[in-house]
Amino acid sequence: MQNTETRAAAGGSAPAKLRGGTFTLMVLDVPDPRRADPLSGVEAKLRQAPSFFEDAPLVLDLQAVPDTDRFDLSETVERLRTLGFVPVGVQNAGDGHAATALNLGLCPFPAWRSGRQRPSRDPGPKTETEPKRPERENPPPPPAQPAKLLSQPVRSGKRVYARGGDLVAVAPISAGAELIADGHIHVYGALRGRALAGVGGDESARIFCQKLDAELVSIAGAYRVREDIDESLIGQPVQIYLQGEDLIIDPLRDPTASTRRR
Amino acid sequence: MSKIIVMTSGKGGVGKTTSAAAFAAGLAQRGHKTVVVDFDVGLRNLDLVMGCERRVVFDFINVIHGEAKLSQALVKDKRIDNLFILPTSQTRDKDALNTKGIGEALERLREQFDYIVCDSPAGIEHGAVMALYYADEAIVVTNPEVSSVRDSDRILGVLQSKSKRAEEGADPVKEHLLLTRYDLDRVERGEMLAIDDVLEILSIPLLGVIPEDQAVLRASNLGQPVVMDNESQPGQAYGDAVGRFLGEDIPHRFIKREKKGLFGRMFRRSA
Repeated sequence: MQNTETRAAAGGSAPAKLRGGTFTLMVLDVPDPRRADPLSGVEAKLRQAPSFFEDAPLVLDLQAVPDTDRFDLSETVERLRTLGFVPVGVQNAGDGHAATALNLGLCPFPAWRSGRQRPSRDPGPKTETEPKRPERENPPPPPAQPAKLLSQPVRSGKRVYARGGDLVAVAPISAGAELIADGHIHVYGALRGRALAGVGGDESARIFCQKLDAELVSIAGAYRVREDIDESLIGQPVQIYLQGEDLIIDPLRDPTASTRRR
Repeated sequence: MSKIIVMTSGKGGVGKTTSAAAFAAGLAQRGHKTVVVDFDVGLRNLDLVMGCERRVVFDFINVIHGEAKLSQALVKDKRIDNLFILPTSQTRDKDALNTKGIGEALERLREQFDYIVCDSPAGIEHGAVMALYYADEAIVVTNPEVSSVRDSDRILGVLQSKSKRAEEGADPVKEHLLLTRYDLDRVERGEMLAIDDVLEILSIPLLGVIPEDQAVLRASNLGQPVVMDNESQPGQAYGDAVGRFLGEDIPHRFIKREKKGLFGRMFRRSA
């Protein structure tokens, strides 16, 4: 005999299913509101690229914000919404702000993006009472994500994401393939597809490749399509990086050759 | 009133993308604001045939999923005014297509364009059905051989049962036959079906016959719609087909052996 309850649940349409998902979110480091308007920098950025951030999900990092009433979280969230962002959560919030966030329907994310653990906010009696964990006094650097290594050619249509780290390919990247990394991207071979480094917002990320033939390259959101890449760089070994707002593509020269030239 | 045209076939490799590119370019050349939309998600080719692959940033799937605006994804053709390309994604698959998202995107395209040409993927599954769902008119691309004709017959059945017009009981999708890769020599040798045989099986009106010609491959490799090559027979044949589609009365060309002397033949060979 079947359990009637299960049958009822299974009857009709398929039941809702919970599953895991990973998303890349932009994080806004909110500065100390006593020193500056917390959103002035955001508004300036938005003027440069008005549509780029439209409906972009956003996590507010409140590390620098003291947990007092002087900072009005709900007002800040409201302002971000009018600017077109979709605030989804907060990080490194004090208990007061974390409670406000929950009331606003925002998720107080745990501060797992380490290096930003919140030693300053913890009253931290444990540091004194627990000599077994002296590292809390001086938190160790976050465990570095090992670089993701690709040794097979990445074919058209394939998308590879190196989460939280670098992406190293020792094989060609076909046109129509997509390499994405929070850190740097190295391609020891021809790069014919797309490469997006620093997608988490790291503006110091770079792209290195042995033979540039890319459809699109991007660092921390700044991009160039193939048509905007100087023809003289095509087929060359290059490095690509951000200088201010500009995406720079420099040929990688053999250092010995350059000294000889001098 | 803008029109949505689907370029479909069932079978692969018959020339849907070439025809979509040529047809859209032909419509735009005649002054109609036209966009050609790539529905072949994951096997993106239209941008190559249109020669705009170096300028693609966002795509149709980004638009459907609300990740980019239509204006960000539309690529303007540099050679022909009034012509735009909406490329598709290479890294996604056909499951990324849904009727709601496509419907909204097409509705917004209707506001801006006279003609929306949808380049369908091969097959009769989800991707092909999504491409034809909103169509007002369908151009069925067929090669003069039995398997292509059978697949075209199948896709005509899909058009008549799974399109929005069919579901809502509205006027049926208007059907046109475009016979491509027509090789007169092989037809004469009996290796290919003749036009009348195809028409008898499919019984839909003939929009055009495109002769098999090196010019098509050449144009694809150059990233230039073949209709822009006015010197070539396929270029002229696509131009005629566009004219007929717009209601002009143009006799079919390149479907009969022209009587030519020895010099004429030599000239034709070398051309």
